[in-house]
Amino acid sequence: MKETDFEQQHGTLWQQFELDIEACLEGKRQPAASFPEHYRQLCGQLSLARQREYSDVMVARLNRLVMQGHHLLYQRESKASIHRLGAALVAFVVALRNQRRYVICSALLFVLPACVMAVGTYLSEDFTYSILSVEQAAEFEAMYDPDNLRFGPERDAETDLAMFGFYISHNIGIAFQAFAGGIFFGIGTIFIVLYNGIYLGAVAGYLTRAGLSITFYPFVIGHGAFELTAIVICGAAGLMIGHALVKPGSLKRLEALRLSAIEAVKLMYGGVFMLFVAAFLEAFWSSSSDLAVPLKLSVGAALWLFVLWFCFFSSLGARREPG
Amino acid sequence: MQASELLDNHCSVETPEGIEFVQTVAGPVPRILAYLIDLGWRGLVYILVAFLAELLGGLGTALFLIFSFLLEWFYPVFFEVFRNGQTPGKKSMGIQVVNADFTPIGWGASTVRNLLRAADFLPLFYVAGLISMSVTDRFQRLGDLAAGSLVIYSGAEPKPGLDGSVTPIPPLQPLTRGERQGIISLTVRSASISPARQEELAQLLEPLTGEAGEKGLRRLKGVGAWLLGRK
Repeated sequence: MKETDFEQQHGTLWQQFELDIEACLEGKRQPAASFPEHYRQLCGQLSLARQREYSDVMVARLNRLVMQGHHLLYQRESKASIHRLGAALVAFVVALRNQRRYVICSALLFVLPACVMAVGTYLSEDFTYSILSVEQAAEFEAMYDPDNLRFGPERDAETDLAMFGFYISHNIGIAFQAFAGGIFFGIGTIFIVLYNGIYLGAVAGYLTRAGLSITFYPFVIGHGAFELTAIVICGAAGLMIGHALVKPGSLKRLEALRLSAIEAVKLMYGGVFMLFVAAFLEAFWSSSSDLAVPLKLSVGAALWLFVLWFCFFSSLGARREPG
Repeated sequence: MQASELLDNHCSVETPEGIEFVQTVAGPVPRILAYLIDLGWRGLVYILVAFLAELLGGLGTALFLIFSFLLEWFYPVFFEVFRNGQTPGKKSMGIQVVNADFTPIGWGASTVRNLLRAADFLPLFYVAGLISMSVTDRFQRLGDLAAGSLVIYSGAEPKPGLDGSVTPIPPLQPLTRGERQGIISLTVRSASISPARQEELAQLLEPLTGEAGEKGLRRLKGVGAWLLGRK
């Protein structure tokens, strides 16, 4: 069959298909019931056109139509809804249980150096200055001076909100870098998690030594439950993709990377959510000096228990399979 | 596809319908340009929001910081998921992000490829991403590798180049398949080749057409039109 005859025979179908598909892709209406059938016909015609070696122009046109049809037919649900948020939360908890060993590794990477540094800086001031510069140390000391009405950076009520914004962009940025660093065979993740552990440990030890524990711990305990856990979780996600690259098992490296990223991103959803909560607490709860220290400590402890229970012992993942 | 199997940036995927379909993968240059266009748009939005934030005081600062965080990390995710794989920059460059099987990209893959921008950016100005694009055969940066995504040309389609003025001429002798393909390609693509080059190409077939120069070319185009089925 000559090309022009072929075009005459099927041209109307192609035009109709083109119009339909554009309307659907723009979201004006749902695909008609006959859409899959037409799509299959078009697939057959594309194969014919190729096999008969019709001109590039026609093959390209059919190829484009098939591509658009393929997009429409295999479209994944992209609407954001409460239901999907819930599903993401469940997927997060399930992933957390399944990837327990990465979470544990990441937690050790964070907690061990933090403890070493905390003890070190508590015992010796010189040790502190190997990590913090003298100015930084002085700044931290001023920040948690009990004479301050508000702890953390000094500020008035309105800047609470501004600080909320700052914590979001700063802390979540760190967590994202911890994840992204995983692509360099996990080295970037290890570096960022270790660095944050060392730094936090040093600051905690130093402030305790300076006798400021009465202001420091009530400040950090509340949001720390979410923030530190989230950094560990994002680190675990980074370790996952790093491990897939280092030891892909029976898969190709790239394939292993892709599969692990699908799983790791579930951890990231939860991590980001927790960091939002942490930023909110840090700006509006932790920094408030109107609240009594015992109240802040007990609420903080309760938050820690809640986070650990939710992440590792709640029955959320067991009850429902992720949707 | 004729004559395009040697060295090109085509990439094909077999679909469940049992056909193989082909797309052209976008290289670093259009992608950098698309990035720069997006950067420009984001810059404009930044300025606008900063101006509004200035009016609102403390609340404004908070909104600005949150907004700039979202703009920095989720601007591409938003557009890729809701706008069919195209940020405004990609749209103006005619490229789009898809999964490796050419299906539209979803939340997970888009999040992965955009979070890994942080890695692609290292050590500065997307050097890691560019290196990764140059060594992979489908121009994937690190984020694309992890997400299993590709950037392809979305609207690339050659324009029909056959004008109606060509009178179809039946060929004088039986032609082989390759000859037929060659003549049809020349006819259809004549709009994108300079007349001098067309004549030069037609000259190669002088033994077949028996005519030289412009006449030979016209004859070849006539045969091409006939082969296409013109009457």
